[in-house]
Amino acid sequence: MNTTNLFLENRLRSMNKKLIFRLDWLSIFLYIALVIFGMINIYSTRLSESDIAVWDLGSPVGKQLWIFVFCLIILPAILYIKSNFFEHLSYVFYGLSLLSLIGLFIFGQTISGATSWYLIGGFSLQPSEFAKITTALVVASNLSSLQTDIKKKLHLAKVLFLISLPMALTILQPDAGSALVFLGIFFVLIREGLDLRYLYLFMGLLLIFILTLVFDPFLISISGLFLIFFFYLFVKRIAPKTKKLSFLISFGICILFSFSVNFIFTSVFEQRHRDRFNIILGLETDTRGIGYNINQSKIAIGSGGFYGKGFLNGTQTKGDFVPEQDTDYIFSTIGEEWGFIGSTLLVILFTLFILRILYRAEKHTATYSRVFSYAFASYIFIHFFVNVGMTLGLVPTVGIPLPFVSNGGSSLLAFSFMLFIYLNFDANRLNT
Amino acid sequence: MIRKGILSAFVIGSCFLFIFQLMSLQLFNSEYSALSQNNAVEKRPIYPNRGLIYDRNGVLIVANQPVYDLMVVPENIQPFDTIEMIEELSISKEEFLLKLKKAKRFSYKLPSLIIRQISGENRASFQEKIWKYPGFYFQKKLARDYVLPIASNLLGYTSEVLPREINKENDYALGEMIGRQGIEKTYENSLRGKKGTTLYQKDRFNRIIGPYKEGAFDTKPKSSENLTLTIDALLQQYGESLLKNKRGGIVAIEPSTGEVLALVTAPSYDPNSLIGRKRSKNFSVLVNDTIAKPLFDRGLQAEYSPGSPFKTLNALIGLQEKVITPETRFRCNEGHYYTKNAFMKCHCSYGSKNDLIKGIYNSCNTYFAKTYLGLINNAVTPAEGVNRWREHLEKFGLGNYLGYDLPIGKKGFIPNSNYYDRWYQKGRWGGTTIISNAIGQGEVLTTPIQMANFTAAIANRGYFIKPHFKKSFSQKEKDSLFTKNYTLIEPQHFETVIEGMYQVVERGTAKIARIKGIEVSGKTGTVENFVRLNNEKTQLSDHSIFIAFAPKDDPKIAITVFVENGYWGGRWAAPIASLMIEKYLTGTVKRKWLENKMLEGSLMDEYDKPLSGKPFTINE
Repeated sequence: MNTTNLFLENRLRSMNKKLIFRLDWLSIFLYIALVIFGMINIYSTRLSESDIAVWDLGSPVGKQLWIFVFCLIILPAILYIKSNFFEHLSYVFYGLSLLSLIGLFIFGQTISGATSWYLIGGFSLQPSEFAKITTALVVASNLSSLQTDIKKKLHLAKVLFLISLPMALTILQPDAGSALVFLGIFFVLIREGLDLRYLYLFMGLLLIFILTLVFDPFLISISGLFLIFFFYLFVKRIAPKTKKLSFLISFGICILFSFSVNFIFTSVFEQRHRDRFNIILGLETDTRGIGYNINQSKIAIGSGGFYGKGFLNGTQTKGDFVPEQDTDYIFSTIGEEWGFIGSTLLVILFTLFILRILYRAEKHTATYSRVFSYAFASYIFIHFFVNVGMTLGLVPTVGIPLPFVSNGGSSLLAFSFMLFIYLNFDANRLNT
Repeated sequence: MIRKGILSAFVIGSCFLFIFQLMSLQLFNSEYSALSQNNAVEKRPIYPNRGLIYDRNGVLIVANQPVYDLMVVPENIQPFDTIEMIEELSISKEEFLLKLKKAKRFSYKLPSLIIRQISGENRASFQEKIWKYPGFYFQKKLARDYVLPIASNLLGYTSEVLPREINKENDYALGEMIGRQGIEKTYENSLRGKKGTTLYQKDRFNRIIGPYKEGAFDTKPKSSENLTLTIDALLQQYGESLLKNKRGGIVAIEPSTGEVLALVTAPSYDPNSLIGRKRSKNFSVLVNDTIAKPLFDRGLQAEYSPGSPFKTLNALIGLQEKVITPETRFRCNEGHYYTKNAFMKCHCSYGSKNDLIKGIYNSCNTYFAKTYLGLINNAVTPAEGVNRWREHLEKFGLGNYLGYDLPIGKKGFIPNSNYYDRWYQKGRWGGTTIISNAIGQGEVLTTPIQMANFTAAIANRGYFIKPHFKKSFSQKEKDSLFTKNYTLIEPQHFETVIEGMYQVVERGTAKIARIKGIEVSGKTGTVENFVRLNNEKTQLSDHSIFIAFAPKDDPKIAITVFVENGYWGGRWAAPIASLMIEKYLTGTVKRKWLENKMLEGSLMDEYDKPLSGKPFTINE
């Protein structure tokens, strides 16, 4: 009996030792830095609201802090799970999270128009945050299977179907912002061999979309015609075999898309959606109405200057001029109180974090763990790009949080989960 | 492989994009760097001053005065000497602490009201010490200032808007004033104007340092309109003093324009008592006085039997319907039996034979009873007779709202055949049944302004213009609003009746109303009235009433005076009307003895009688 125990203990110790050395400590450091920086700023935004007890579960900072402590104590357990556990149970987790999304329509809590939360004992849980993890797992599982080749249309369709289910359920809540994040998987697909023409098509359509909103669809069509014609002549010279038909078709698609954007924009979008695009594109400069938030956010950031006003000294922050300051607009507080130095540092931290994950992901030999790590990086990137871009007035207003930094238990929990799964895969990549 | 680098490229690209944008916002943008110390914005409304109100001669009646609300921002409070504060503000400790607690519960950051409408003088002494009380400050507001303490009934009053009255369209905010009654209510929109907003830039210590973005987002207030009333302030004031210690009303109209020269009700109140800290206390006193009813406008809302002045209308209708001619004579034996066993008394001497003019100036009941019988009974059916008679009266503006520009009023009442059919059953009534209408008792009810209006119609020889209180209409508005409302009486009939009314003053029941050098036409009335007292119908002293216009041939003023329980018409109403006419037409009153008698006369004893609980006699 003693010997078996001793044996197990030794075994465990040696594993631990090994594990500790194998961990991606840089990512862990970046993670902790981001969360703590976030909490400091949440504390600052909520300071003016009577007394704040940092340790009190009832206060926003307290809640965030306790969730963080929970993550640091409990989640490392994930590291000891065998990596293929996730691979085997991908579809089960995926199914469960779909159920949790569907269950929202029955048991969900409606907060400011969207039924996106379960209320459990004073905590509100947002299942779409966790659906991101399971979707990443299931896509990883799908792509890693030997039969799958996403160059084949049928296989691609299957992957897209897996992504579109949770996405559609999230749109129905309606929470278009969170649904948008699922599109991050698009980067994974490109990495895994998706035809690059999809990327060009996507970029092209995005360009036409924006141009159509800025200029007249008719004008776009005419100039598109000339461009494609000259491009055709140019290509014809180099490669005389090129078919005319494909150019004609692509031209037709451009015109159709341009006009349909116009139609969707004027007939399908609601005014608030239109407003957001219009503000970003500088079509309407109503800084008092819909543009007020962005304008105030820009003033807050701009007023920070080089060094910032210092911790707790943000007047914009104190005056509650920017809405959702501890969640979606937390970057404006950072910009105001920590200035150019602080906000640039945060941007660099994020960039480093994402690049670090991507760098480690490329080291994986197993498709499964690579795809998951890639998806993790893509999610962080989409959140980071949309959130900071919105706060800086570069991207239309989409209400999604800044990962690890914004106030919000579900977001922190879900991203921490993903981090530890990533750390698990990363640490065990040679074992599997 | 290019695929591996795509996302990394996006990430690095975004990183540069964001840093570039941060540089442009935080380092190189002059606009934001200029705002670096002063980025908070405060929105403040700008109120246009509430419109001033003038009388017809340009005398200022209502202006504005600054009052101060004591506000508090709980966040900024530091320990202070509560005792000194409450002594300075003369407020009880409990009330003060309660208000402070409420303010804290409402918001730490936002201002709350502690004391409303402190007057300028009270504020001045406290202002010197306010530095000792951080967090407290005065907010200036404008309240009404009644330069002349008159016409409170027709001016109305303002008070703070109620939460349920606020909506998006009207754009009121809590603490703003809204016109509640009278002119203030009718012309609320033009008196109020339209508020604007200014955005102020604040620095990091929350001090205002200037307009936000050079006022680019400010909205300008639309200034309010000043109002000129048709009221003659001097005449109004004079009327109010004449009705002191009496209850009743005076309405004076300029016949040619329909402009109301004076609208007096008694008792009334000092409009300045509804301003400032004592407002709510004073207001509840006014509301709770259910006996004298100071908020009840007797000129507009009191429905009385018109009494004898109504005979002038019956005479006109009789002439028009050819029931009588000016020469028609009726015999009166101190009254007459209008039907078997029913005698109507009259104060004509036994055996007198009156023609129309004499019938009017002697106020002969018999004469008008017979005229009225003719009107009803000479028609095909009594029903048709009554309805035709009613049609005439409606053309004089009776039995319905006149449509003047004040928010209160009463319709009065003129019965039609349906009314009597319901009361007596169809075919079971005739002229004798409803004979009281002949002398303005019966079922007929009128308000003093309706009586003044038909007096104006008589003075105009056949038409009236809708009475109104605002003078500053544009010519276009005047043309469309104030057209001549013609009666169904032909002009020549008026001359006879007016001659009769002239004789009333010259030799009839109202000789006391004669004014040297002015030809006054009038008609007295002595109105019997009843109240329920301990569930018993009790007769009180008659109401004293008088209608008149002057000068007879070029009428400048038509007037109705109603004095409750003043006994006969010549006793109170006729002298008061006469003094009003003299004051208006000549500017002074020469009959000082009459003026003093009216000013000093009091009917308060009379009003106390029914309340005393003791038996009392009437008409002493």
